[in-house]
Formats: sequence, C-alpha cells, structure tokens
Amino acid sequence: MLQDKDRIFRNLYGFHDWKLAGARARGSWSDTKALIDKGQDWIINEVKASGLRGRGGAGFPTGLKWSFMPKNDPRPSYLVINGDESEPGSCKDREIMRHDPHLLIEGALIASFAMKAHTCFIYLRGEFIREREHLQAAVDECYAAKLIGKDNANGWDFDIVVHHGAGAYICGEETALIESIEGKKGMPRLKPPFPANVGLYGAPTTVNNVESIAVVPDILRRGGTWFASLGKPNNTGTKLFQISGHVNNPCVVEEEMGIPLRELIDRHCGGVRGGWDNLLCVIPGGSSMPMIPADQCNDLTMDFDALVKLKSGLGTAAVIVMDKSTDIIKAITRIAYFYKHESCGQCTPCREGTGWMFRVLDRMQRGEAEKREIDLLYNVTKQVEGHTICALGDAAAWPVQGLIRNYRQVIEQRIDAHRAAVKEAAE
Amino acid sequence: MAVRRLYPEQPLSFAFTPENLAWAKREIAKYPAGKEASAVIALLWRSQEQEGWTTEPAIRAIADMLGMAYIRVLEIATFYTMFQLAPVGRKAHLQVCGTTPCMLRGSEALIEICKDRIADHPHELSADGDFSWEEVECLGCCANAPVVQIGKDTYEDLDPELFARLLRDIKTGKPLKPGSQTGRRASCPASGPTTLLDDKKRTEKV
Repeated sequence: MLQDKDRIFRNLYGFHDWKLAGARARGSWSDTKALIDKGQDWIINEVKASGLRGRGGAGFPTGLKWSFMPKNDPRPSYLVINGDESEPGSCKDREIMRHDPHLLIEGALIASFAMKAHTCFIYLRGEFIREREHLQAAVDECYAAKLIGKDNANGWDFDIVVHHGAGAYICGEETALIESIEGKKGMPRLKPPFPANVGLYGAPTTVNNVESIAVVPDILRRGGTWFASLGKPNNTGTKLFQISGHVNNPCVVEEEMGIPLRELIDRHCGGVRGGWDNLLCVIPGGSSMPMIPADQCNDLTMDFDALVKLKSGLGTAAVIVMDKSTDIIKAITRIAYFYKHESCGQCTPCREGTGWMFRVLDRMQRGEAEKREIDLLYNVTKQVEGHTICALGDAAAWPVQGLIRNYRQVIEQRIDAHRAAVKEAAE
Repeated sequence: MAVRRLYPEQPLSFAFTPENLAWAKREIAKYPAGKEASAVIALLWRSQEQEGWTTEPAIRAIADMLGMAYIRVLEIATFYTMFQLAPVGRKAHLQVCGTTPCMLRGSEALIEICKDRIADHPHELSADGDFSWEEVECLGCCANAPVVQIGKDTYEDLDPELFARLLRDIKTGKPLKPGSQTGRRASCPASGPTTLLDDKKRTEKV
C-alpha cells in the first residue's frame, strides 16, 4: 500500500484549503523557479526517468510525448490540458481541479516551459462549473501573486486560459478538443499530422491529461527515480483510482500503480457489496474497457500491462464494480447507448454502428433476439473497431465484445427464457 | 448522435445585459487575434444563463459578435448537448445521470420519480412550469453515484427518498445543500478516509 509520505494529492477530498495559501503549505510553488532554472532538457529527462505514462487512458509516456514538440519552430507552441473527463466511471480530474488546482497550475507552468510554450489552455467539460470556478480563482491568485503572467517571479512568461466545453464526450479526444477550442464542433481530425506538428490554431501543441500534469511538480522535486520506485516496472508511480458501482464505500483514492484489485476494493471501499464472492465482474478502466469476470479478479493487479494481457486496459483507472445482482446485458446496453449518444457522427461505421449495436443489445436484454444474432453483433463490432478516425468506435465496440466473450451463455439463456415465455403465453 | 432542433417558438430578439456584454468582450480578448470563434461556447453558455435557454436570436447575435456564419454557431448549439434548445422549468431543470455507474446505484428510480412528478417525457415542462428534467450521460461524479445536476451544482449519493426531498425543497424554495446528500465529504469513503489519517488529525487539532 502506498505510504502517506509518497502521496502527491494531499487534499484529494478538500479537507484543507484549496487556495494558494493552502497549496503553499503543502509545498506547491515553493521553489518553482529553481526547477525552471535547471532547463528544458533536465525537466524532460526527469519526467522520462520517472516512467510517467499519460493518465488520460492510453498510457503513452509523457516525457516522450513532450520531446516530440518541434525545436526552433517559428510558430507559438501550446500546451493544452485535457480536463474533459467524461469516460463513464472517471471522476479523478474533478477532485484535482476543485481541491488542489495549484498542483495543476504549477505543473502547467513547468510543462509549458519544458515545451517552450507561453500559453496553456485548460479545457474542462462544461458540466464542471464549480470546478471551473475554483480553477479560475486559483489562476487569478497566481496572476495576482506574479507566479504566472508576464514578467512573473518564475522567469517564464506564461498565460493560462481556462476554457470549457458544453457536454460532448468526444471532446476528450485530443484533436476533437482542439477543434472545440477553435470554436468548432468537436469532430476528431485525421492523424497525421499530429498535434505536435499541427495542433491548436495550426501550431505545435501537446495535449496532456490533468493528472499527468498535476504530478509533474512532485516528480521534479522528489526526483524521477522516486516516482519510478513506486509501482511496477513500466507501470510506475502513483495513480488516482476511482471505484464506483457495487462496493460498500465508492471513493476516489491515490494508490500505487499495480495494486491488487482486491486490496484496492477491500482496503479503501469496504469491500464488494455482499462480500468478495458476490462479485460478478469489474470494468477496470472506464466504460470503454472490456469487463473482467470475477474468476480472473482474484490475483488481478491494476496496471497497464497486466490488464492488457487480459484483453482489457487500465484506461483512466476508473473501476466499475458489478455484483451478482447486476443484469450484465443491461449494464452493457446502457454503455452502448452512451456511445451511440456521444458519437460525433463523422465516420459512418461509428455513427451507424453505435446505434445498431445499441438497438440489437436492447432487444437482447429482453431476450427478443435470435441466437445467431450474437455472432452477427460480434461481427459488427469488428467492423466498427479500427475503422474510424478516432478511438470512439473502438471504445463502443470493446465492451460489447467483452460481453459476448464472457457472457454469451447469459445472452443465450435470456433468449431461451423469452422464447419459453412467449410459447407459454401462446398456449 | 441525437437529433436536436431549434424550438418552434422563438423570442424576437436577444441582447446581452451590459455586464454580460463586458464579460463577453473580456472572454473574446483571451484568444489570439483572428481566433475570436474560440469564445463561442463561453458566449452561448452565458446567453443561456441569462435567458434560461439557448434561443435563435442569441445564436445570431453571438455569430455577429464573433464574425462567424450563423450556421457555424447553430452547429455548435445543436452539437453540444448542454445547450437547452427549449425553455426549461422556472425553478429547476434536473439533469439525471443515467449512465452505467449511476444506473448500478439506482438512477432508474430517480428517473421514474421525474416521470411521475414532473413530466412524462424529458425536456417537457411540468404542469406548473416550475420543473423539467432530462436524462444526461455521465456527469463525471461516478464515485458519488447516483448524481443529479441542477444548474451549477451536483447533488450526489442520492436515493429515491433523498431525491424526493430535494424536489420538495426546490418547490418550497428551501435553500439546497449541493454535493453529497448523505453528508460525506466529496469522494472520501463514506466510512471515513483510509489515507492521510495523521494529516487529518493534524488539521482537526488546528
């Protein structure tokens, strides 16, 4: 278990002051200028040495991503921070932005300096209105205290614009987010060109998740080797886990990467509702990740590599727990509805496929389907997956594939039961 | 994708209040010259806060302010689902999260209450015009499910009883307490924190 001395998010629940004075008491902004004076290369190398992998879901190494920014480009560079947190199950960035916004702002300054960006846009989902108020207030405090802005105390001219969306999951996709900041519909762009070359306003841009940026000041202060000493090789550091669904005490908690799932649930969430044996399955990383049935959960560790081996993923570390009372077909049908609702409509396989998958699942949850349709549905998920500009198509397909892979019998039983009921009614 | 169209009955005109206009100008100035369109969501949102919903005259006025074609702003208003394209309840528009994490914790019962006490269909006004409701997709408060957003605030850890009480309080104008309705602190485990225990003791002494 992660020791308290190694925690980065020391005001996760807002027990303490979230404003500048409180943040300073927790160590933020103490020696920012000294960190910046060590130079761009040192910062990027420390972040690389820390092994930090992006906390937005894909787990791409953050330091490596930063090093993709072109050198000596005449255009301005931008850092864009993705606080569009919308993946069902995810609720961690919210806690950072409302309870420890200075971690994010200080990280934004340092990361922007490392990429020679003088402007950072923080994009919050529109629903996070109070979070936005806190973040904006914290930004205003930093301007007033000359921590950021022109000719600030840290020696790197730097502006932050707090920007918000208005209810579109797709804007969490980095190029859709860029489109949205530019004042357009959030429709993802084709890559390449990648944002590092042609991003916001056609300029070099790096998009990072809120949590990835918020951990940077601590990594630099305590050293990349400290961060790398936590967790497991290639899955280092601490992580905010969010546990929702059928546990006794759902919560957000900072833990070490690679913590066993059972320890996470038993120690912090008071266990699965009705006990560990009552577990049906978990969705380990937000709704787009295929579920993992209980029989594979006993020794499961929560990190990128272990979950990929089980054909799932850590995603945002949003664990949705389902106990045996769950109608698993219905639960996945609701996820399919979510993706149908959130498809931006740009690519045909996703626009049509998400609706198609939802409608078939909706019949299946009532048993009003043919068994051969199960394979047909699986086939359709395969036609959506990998055939769209962004990963929303994949995200919509994977949970359905997980359902068919793990619970085909349940679907068949549902169909049989419905048939029997119809037959009985007819007689 | 959802079909979203403008409401058939639109007001004749729209103008920002002087305060909102000044705010809008500051908002536009945050973005580089020539990139005024970046402020479109913020301005539409402010117009909705002012008018209660997003109207066609507001869409046109904001397009004119930002030098955008009307169709581009109409696209924004119809693409982003937080823009209410029809009038909402005078006292409250309830946005009930129905996505799986909230569903697992009982959001369906909350939606039934909305149907029973407010209106049969989402986006339909209650008989007295005070309330309206809709089922929204994940609000990002999953560790505090089920969740309802009303205006700027979320009301969390609900059950049918707490939700019915919330509705009563809105009706009678009683001040509401946002956040967890069971009294727990943010997304801290309901039984108390499991981490930073010394830290908590320390501040409680202070």
